[in-house]
Amino acid sequence: MSIDKIWVLAEVADGKPITASLELISHAKSLAGTVEAVAYGEETSAIAGTLGEYGATTVHDVGDLGGSLPGAPVADAIAAAIEAGNGPDAILFPATYDGRDIAGRLSAKIDRPVLTNVVGLVAGDGGLITQHAVFGGAQIATARFVGDGPGLFVVRAKSFPAETSGGGQAEVVAAAATESGPTNGAKIVASHVEERTGPKLDEANVVVSGGRGLGEKENYALIEELASLLKGAAGASRAIVDAGWVPYSHQVGQTGKTVKPTVYVACGISGATQHLVGMKNSKNIVAINKDQDAPIFSVADLGIVGDVHKVLPKLIEALKARG
Amino acid sequence: MNVVVCVKQIPDPAAPPALDPGTKNLVRVGKLILDDSDAYGVEMALQLADAAGGGEVTLVSMAPNGETSGLRTALAMGAAKAILVSDDSLAGTDALGTAKVLAAAIKRAEPDLILAATESSDGYTGTTPVQIAELLGLPSVTFAKKVEITGNSVKVERQTEAGYDEVESPLPVLVTVTAGVVEPRYPSFKGIMAAKSKPVETLTIADLGIDAGQVGATGARQEITDVSASEERASGEIVVDEGDAYQRVIQFLEQLKVL
Repeated sequence: MSIDKIWVLAEVADGKPITASLELISHAKSLAGTVEAVAYGEETSAIAGTLGEYGATTVHDVGDLGGSLPGAPVADAIAAAIEAGNGPDAILFPATYDGRDIAGRLSAKIDRPVLTNVVGLVAGDGGLITQHAVFGGAQIATARFVGDGPGLFVVRAKSFPAETSGGGQAEVVAAAATESGPTNGAKIVASHVEERTGPKLDEANVVVSGGRGLGEKENYALIEELASLLKGAAGASRAIVDAGWVPYSHQVGQTGKTVKPTVYVACGISGATQHLVGMKNSKNIVAINKDQDAPIFSVADLGIVGDVHKVLPKLIEALKARG
Repeated sequence: MNVVVCVKQIPDPAAPPALDPGTKNLVRVGKLILDDSDAYGVEMALQLADAAGGGEVTLVSMAPNGETSGLRTALAMGAAKAILVSDDSLAGTDALGTAKVLAAAIKRAEPDLILAATESSDGYTGTTPVQIAELLGLPSVTFAKKVEITGNSVKVERQTEAGYDEVESPLPVLVTVTAGVVEPRYPSFKGIMAAKSKPVETLTIADLGIDAGQVGATGARQEITDVSASEERASGEIVVDEGDAYQRVIQFLEQLKVL
């Protein structure tokens, strides 16, 4: 199957398309002649300019969802377009909370499997070939779909650069959702924004993460303080998220966020494969761990074999003294 | 209130993982254990059934060779019974195929609430729960960090990029829970003994009315074509801390101009 047309799910946050969606649009442009976006919410026409700049010619606008979680209604709208014969050869979803929901729903609805955790996407003889980082990124598996129908791909953030290609405003066309019945029963009744100081975890220039080696929940304050002094974001290994020390939104790893900061500082993190896949492509890695055999040292540019309880306070004090 | 928890029995994550060079499937050798991620769903189910004043917690799982060791762990925590789908023809089933099998098994338990982890710790595809909800024609709320049942509906705090949303949905509904939402209990000795005699219904796909062509490697419509080593990241300088290693960190950060 040749790839002529690709759709990309364009998610919106703070009135702008999210970076992960723009990465997918600009990469799709290198794979197919026609790239179109699918968007939902109240602000679709406002983002058509940006989507066009990155390479989308059309925005299929599902419109306001009336408080519904996006999974069911957006999957319905895409399925209806495919049914009507307007569907693409492939649909790319950013690996976000809603992107995964929509992809999963659509997969079951049109009876096509979905490939997730994609980190690379190239054109092959029989369609698109995906790359997946497995075993902490030590190995790359390549995969593809067999059989007919559009390929559904959920792609991890930062797999491709987001680059503008100078296109004009994308044309907005309506792609209304059909009545989805009971599947559309989940409604958002209130939204809460949690106070965040400093940059977002996946956009920060510096990320400081803590793991089990911190010993106890209270010591995570050291991670937050160091992150703040370096004008960075605080991350965490899965172990301490599972232990309830910090919320899931801080998690870096296979299940969690992918980060590629200028500097990643891993404190008391052993470097399980689960964690490595989310941070090993950072430009520079500093690891502090008391176990000299910890796998984290195999990816570190600077490895400090030492106790985080001793090294971190000194580091923090020295940075404070610099003002 | 009847709650179904989807649980996965996985190879011990402490053992190094591998792909079979021939079939490119995950190699599953040795005893399977309960996926840590699923312990949160089991705990949540037990608490919710308790709060609702009773009802049964049923585990639903798919595993090769009638494997029940992971299920026994969850039964020891307090689940009442389990449905296990085990069938030779399931080897190599993709996530959508898995969802079809689990959905058919879940239907038999007629649950008010279905809980699952956001993703498994071995395959971490993360789409199976939502696919199950779609196949069963049910609403779903993913990435729950708090779950409350009031009457005929569920109220969920759902993780978002910026914070969280309060989401409400009528029952029956499928909810996926993030790790750390509740503290999973350790099975008591009494629980472990009781688990040995709790019912585990083992089903084949024929029992579920599923055609063998839809599942397994033949039904999978995705294939792994190659597995190769990725570029190794060279390890760098190692400094053993003797009280002043923090100075080397500062120097390194200065070189990178983040200071």
